[in-house]
Amino acid sequence: MRLELIKRGNPSQVLRFLSPLIGLALAILTGAIMFAVLGKNPFQALYVYFVEPLTELWSVHELLIKAAPLILMGAGLSVCYLSNNWNIGAEGQFIMGALAGSIFPVLFTDVQGFFVLPLMLGFAIIGGALWALIPALLKARFNTNEILVSLMLVYVAELILDYLVRGPWRNPQGMNFPESVRFPSFARIPELMPVDGRANWGIVIAILVAIGIWVMLSRTLKGFEIKVLGSSPRAGKFAGFDAKKMVFFAFLLAGGCAGLAGIIEVAGASAQLRPTISPGYGFAAIIVAFLGRLNPLGVIVAGLVLALTYLGGEAAQITLGLSDKVARVFQGALLLYILACDTLIHYRIRFVRTPKAVGSAADA
Amino acid sequence: MLESILLTIATAATPLLLAALGELVVERSGVLNLGVEGMMIMGAVGGFAGMILTGNPFIGVLVGVALGVALSLLFGFLVLTLATNQYATGLALTIFGLGLSGLLGESFIGRSSVRMPVLNIPGLSDLPVIGRLLFGQDIIFYLSILIVIGVTWFLFSTRQGLKLRAIGDNPQSAHALGIKVLRYRYLAVMFGGACAGLAGAHLSLVYTPQWTENMTAGRGWIALALVVFASWRPFRVLAGAYFFGAVSIGQLHAQALGLGIPSQLLSALPYLATILVLVIISQNRRLTLINTPASLGKSFVPDR
Amino acid sequence: MSLNGPEPLLTLRGLTKSFGSFKANDGVDLDIYPGEIHALLGENGAGKSTFVKMLYGALQPDAGAIVWRGQETVIPSPAHARQLGIGMVFQHFSLFEALTVAENVAVALSGDEPLRKVAADLEAVSRQYGLPLKANARVHDLSVGERQRIEIVRCLLGHPDLIIMDEPTSVLTPQEVEDLFAVLRQLAAEGKAILYISHKLEEVRALCERATILRHGKVVGTCVPREETAASIARMMVGADIHQIRPAKPASTATAPLLTLRDLSMPARDVFGTALKHISLDLHPGEILGIAGIAGNGQSELFDVISGERLASRPDEVTLFGAPVGHVDISARRAKGAVFISEERLGHATVPGLALSENVILTRHRVNPGLKSGLFLNRGRARSLLDTISEKLDVRKSTPDPAAQALSGGNLQKFIIGREVLENPRVIVVNQPTWGVDAGSAALIRQALVDLAQGGAAILVISQDLDELFEFTDRIAAIAEGRLSDFTPVAETDRRAIGLKMSGIFEGVPA
Repeated sequence: MRLELIKRGNPSQVLRFLSPLIGLALAILTGAIMFAVLGKNPFQALYVYFVEPLTELWSVHELLIKAAPLILMGAGLSVCYLSNNWNIGAEGQFIMGALAGSIFPVLFTDVQGFFVLPLMLGFAIIGGALWALIPALLKARFNTNEILVSLMLVYVAELILDYLVRGPWRNPQGMNFPESVRFPSFARIPELMPVDGRANWGIVIAILVAIGIWVMLSRTLKGFEIKVLGSSPRAGKFAGFDAKKMVFFAFLLAGGCAGLAGIIEVAGASAQLRPTISPGYGFAAIIVAFLGRLNPLGVIVAGLVLALTYLGGEAAQITLGLSDKVARVFQGALLLYILACDTLIHYRIRFVRTPKAVGSAADA
Repeated sequence: MLESILLTIATAATPLLLAALGELVVERSGVLNLGVEGMMIMGAVGGFAGMILTGNPFIGVLVGVALGVALSLLFGFLVLTLATNQYATGLALTIFGLGLSGLLGESFIGRSSVRMPVLNIPGLSDLPVIGRLLFGQDIIFYLSILIVIGVTWFLFSTRQGLKLRAIGDNPQSAHALGIKVLRYRYLAVMFGGACAGLAGAHLSLVYTPQWTENMTAGRGWIALALVVFASWRPFRVLAGAYFFGAVSIGQLHAQALGLGIPSQLLSALPYLATILVLVIISQNRRLTLINTPASLGKSFVPDR
Repeated sequence: MSLNGPEPLLTLRGLTKSFGSFKANDGVDLDIYPGEIHALLGENGAGKSTFVKMLYGALQPDAGAIVWRGQETVIPSPAHARQLGIGMVFQHFSLFEALTVAENVAVALSGDEPLRKVAADLEAVSRQYGLPLKANARVHDLSVGERQRIEIVRCLLGHPDLIIMDEPTSVLTPQEVEDLFAVLRQLAAEGKAILYISHKLEEVRALCERATILRHGKVVGTCVPREETAASIARMMVGADIHQIRPAKPASTATAPLLTLRDLSMPARDVFGTALKHISLDLHPGEILGIAGIAGNGQSELFDVISGERLASRPDEVTLFGAPVGHVDISARRAKGAVFISEERLGHATVPGLALSENVILTRHRVNPGLKSGLFLNRGRARSLLDTISEKLDVRKSTPDPAAQALSGGNLQKFIIGREVLENPRVIVVNQPTWGVDAGSAALIRQALVDLAQGGAAILVISQDLDELFEFTDRIAAIAEGRLSDFTPVAETDRRAIGLKMSGIFEGVPA
C-alpha cells in the first residue's frame, strides 16, 4: 500500500477554503493528545486554551494587542511569499523598526508634542524596510539566497537591541536594569477603550493595512504582477514585469509592515525597550501568512487564531501549570498540518497496492 | 595554548560539519530541507535527555540521532509523499522542532551532564600540537571525519551515489529510467536527519555540555549556508565548517580579552561572516550554476 | 501475420489504460516479430506515449495481456523491461545534463561495473554502429544529435531484443535522419525488432515494413506503409481529410520592412545558452519568413531578443516599423503593434495555474483597451475578450474560465494565438507554432497565420519542423550555432539544402 497523488486539472475551490480549517482541526486534536500525555484533562485544557480567553473583556483586549503585530507582519509576508521571495526575517525587521521608532522617546526626549507619534511610526516603517532592503539588495544584485540572509539578520538585530538596552539606551534612572526609559504618553499608541482593557489603535491600523494589501492583491495590476512573478517568473518577464523590482517591492513592503508592528508593540503595551521585545512574533507571522492562505483577509482571521494560542498558552500556564512551550509546539504543528492539507487543493489522493514483479525483478 | 585553541575550534566545527554533510546529501538528491535547525535542536535535547535518563552518553547520542531521523521522516512524508512546498515545510519543521525541544527539555534545564569520553589513539595522541587534535577526541569527531570520506566515496564512486546525483539533476529522467526517485530521496532525507541529530547531540553532550533552550542558535542555518558555500562538495564543507569554527572560537577569545569591543558585535560575527561568505560565493554565477543540483527545491510527483 | 513464420517476439492483447474517465488506450492489439521495423503511427494525443510506457514498465495496464517470447508477463518496472530485453530511446531525452556521457549510460545499467568499464564498452558500441561519442564529455556541452546518440548507445548496451524508438527524428537534420536509418536497418538485420513511433508519414514509408495506426486510444488499422500513400495513411490517422492550407499570395519586398535585425550579436545568457552572431534579416508586410534549425542553436535566444525579454546591446540592432527598439522592453514593443508567441506554452506564454481570462491580461494589459482603468484591473473585460478568442479560434474548454494547465496542447495553443492576434497585429513573431498540437488544430493555426499575412501582417516563424516551414512560409533560412543563413524562396530550395544549412554549412560570417 502506498499513497499516490493525482493532479487535478483545476485546483479545488472548496478545499482551498476548507484546507486551513481541516489543518486547524487536526492541530487542535494533536493539542488534545499532547495535553493528555502531559497528564491534563484534554477537554479542560482545550477550554482553558481556546475558549476561556474569549469569555472576559480584558482578555479579548489582550488578544487584540497580540493579534496586531501578527496581522501586520502576516499581511506583509503574504506579498513576499506570493511573489516567491522567501523573507523569513520579519522578526529582525520588527526589532529594527521598533528601534528606529524609539529614537525619539529614548534619545530626543526634549522633542515633545502630538507630532512625535506619527514620526515614530514613519521611522519604524523606514527602519524595518531598510533592514529588509539588505537581503533584497543582495538577492537582486548578487543572487544571494534571501532565506539565509534575512534569517542571519534576525540574530544580528537581536544583538543590536541587546547592546542598546544594556548600553547607550539604558535608562540612567533604571537601577541598572537593561531597559530604556518608559515612553511618555505623547509617544504611546492611544488605547481604544481604556475602561475595558489595554487594546490600542494598533489593531485598527493592522486591519486597515491588511485590507489595503488585499485590495492591491485582488484588484490591481500590481497584485496581478505579484502573483504572476511568484508562480511563473518566465511568464512574468514575458508579460513585461520586472522580477528584480518585485524583489525590492516585496521586501520593502514586508519590512515596512514588520517595522510598524515593532513600534506598535513597544509604543503600545510595553511602553519601553527591553532585551527581548517579541515572543517570536516574526516567526509566528509566517504561520499566520500560510494559515490565512496568503490572503490578507484570511490573515486577519489567522492572526487572531495565533494570538489566541499565545494567550491560551499564558492562561494554561497560570491555571493548569502547563508549560508555555506548548503554544509553540501547537503553532509548529499547525503549520505542518496546513501545508499537508494544501496538497488536497491541487491533488487527489489515492491509496494503491504496489504491483508485484513476476520472477526475480531487479530493482533500481 | 595553540593546541587547546585548535581543539576548541574542532569542537565548534564538528556540529556544523555534521549537519552540513547531511544536508549536502539531501540537496544532492534535489530536496531542500530548511528544517536542519529543528532537527538539530531535537538531536540536542534527545541526546541530553538520553544521557540524563540512562547515565550513558552513547545512548544519548543514539536518542539524538533517532529524534533527528524522526523529524526528517515527518518532513519527508510532507514534501515527498504529499509534495508540499519544500521551503515552507522546512520552515515549519524548524518552528516545530524548536517548540517541541523546548517542551521536552524543560525538566533538564540546569542539569549537568556526563561528558562524552575522549578516545585517545595510543601513540598518536601524544604527538605535539596535532596529537590531541587529531587523535585525542571524542567519538563524534572521528565519526564526522569518517562521514566526510564516506559521503565523498558514496557520491562519486558508487552506482547508488551516481543515481542520487542523477535524481538531483533531473528526477523526471531518473523516473523514466526506472530509478525509484522517492525511495532515494527518503533515504537521503533520513540521512540528513541522522546527521543533524548527531550534530545536535554533539552540542549538548560535548560542546556545551548542557541543555539550554534554543541552544543551536542558528547553527542549523549556518550549516545550510555552508552547503552553498562548499558548492555541494564534501571536502569543501569540511574546510568551511572549520573556518566557521575558527570564527566562533575567535570571537569568544576576543570577548575574553576585553578589547573594548561590545560583546554583542563579536557575537554577531558568525552571522555576518555567513552573509559575507554567501555574497562572495553567489557572485561566481558560473560556479553556482554548474554545481547547484538542477531540481533543488522543486517537488516531484511521478506521473502514473 | 504469418501462420508458419517465426514466433512473434512480443504480442499485446487488449491493452487498456484509463486516467480517470479518460481512456488513453482502449483494447490495443499488436504483434512484433524479430528483425522487423514496426511503425506505431498516431497523431498527438492518440495514446502512443501511454502505450509505450506500459511496454517499458513505467505504467501498468488496467486490462489486457503482454506476451513476451510466448509467455504472458507483467512488466512492473523499467529495470524489469530492460532485463527482459526491451530497450527504449526516449523522445524527450532522459539524460542528466550535469553528468558525463559515461555516467549517463552507467546510471541505467543494472550491473555494478566500474565506470571505466562502462566507458570502454560504450566507446566500443559507438564505433561498431558509427555513433561517435566521448565518454568523458558533459552532456550540457553536447548537441542534440550527440545527445540522441547517448540514448541509443545506452539502450544498445543493455543488449535489447526489442528497441522502442519514440519520435526519434523530431530533433534531427535530414542528413542525421539518414544516418539514423542506416543504424536502425543494421540493427534489424542483426535480428533485433524495432518499434518505431512517429507521426511523420514519409519516414515511416521509407523505413518500416508494417505499421499499426492508433487513434483516440484504439487501433484503427494496420498496413504495409510502402503500399499506401501518405494521404491514405494520414486519413487513417486523423479520421478525416486534413484540409490543405490556402497559400498566401507571394509578397512583394518593394515595401519598407516592418521588422529588421541589423548585425545583431548577443553573448550567451549562461553556460547552457547559445551566443547570437551577426544576425540580419528584413521582414516585409504580407510575408511569412521561416527559420529552420535544430533545438538549441539559438532559436529561443533570437526570440527573446526580438521580443524584448532580453535587450539588445545597441538600439538599432532591432527595429520595428522603422524605429529602433533594441533598448525598449517587451511591453513597449507590443504597444507598437508587434506580438510574440513563444514556444513554451505553460510557464512562458501562460501562467499554468491562472485562469484563461487572467492569462489574457498577462500579455495584453498594456495593449488592449479597457483591461485596466487607472491602477485597477477590469476582469469582466478580460472574460469577454476570452469569449471572443474562444469563438474565433474554436478553443474548447470544460468550464467557462478554466486554468491554463487544464487545456490540451492544441486548445491552449489556439487560445494563445487567438489572444495575440485579436487586435490585428502587423508583426507576428512565433516560435514553434504547432509543436505537439493535433493535426486539426495545427491546420487551423497555420491557416489563421496565412490569413493574417494576406491581410498585410509580417510573420516570422521559427520552427524545428521542416514540413511545417515548407507548407506555409515564403522564404526559409536556417539557424546554426547562433548564426543565421540567407533566406531562400521555398520554390527554389529543398529539404536537403536546408538540412545542410541546419548543420551550419553556409556562406556568411564565420562562427
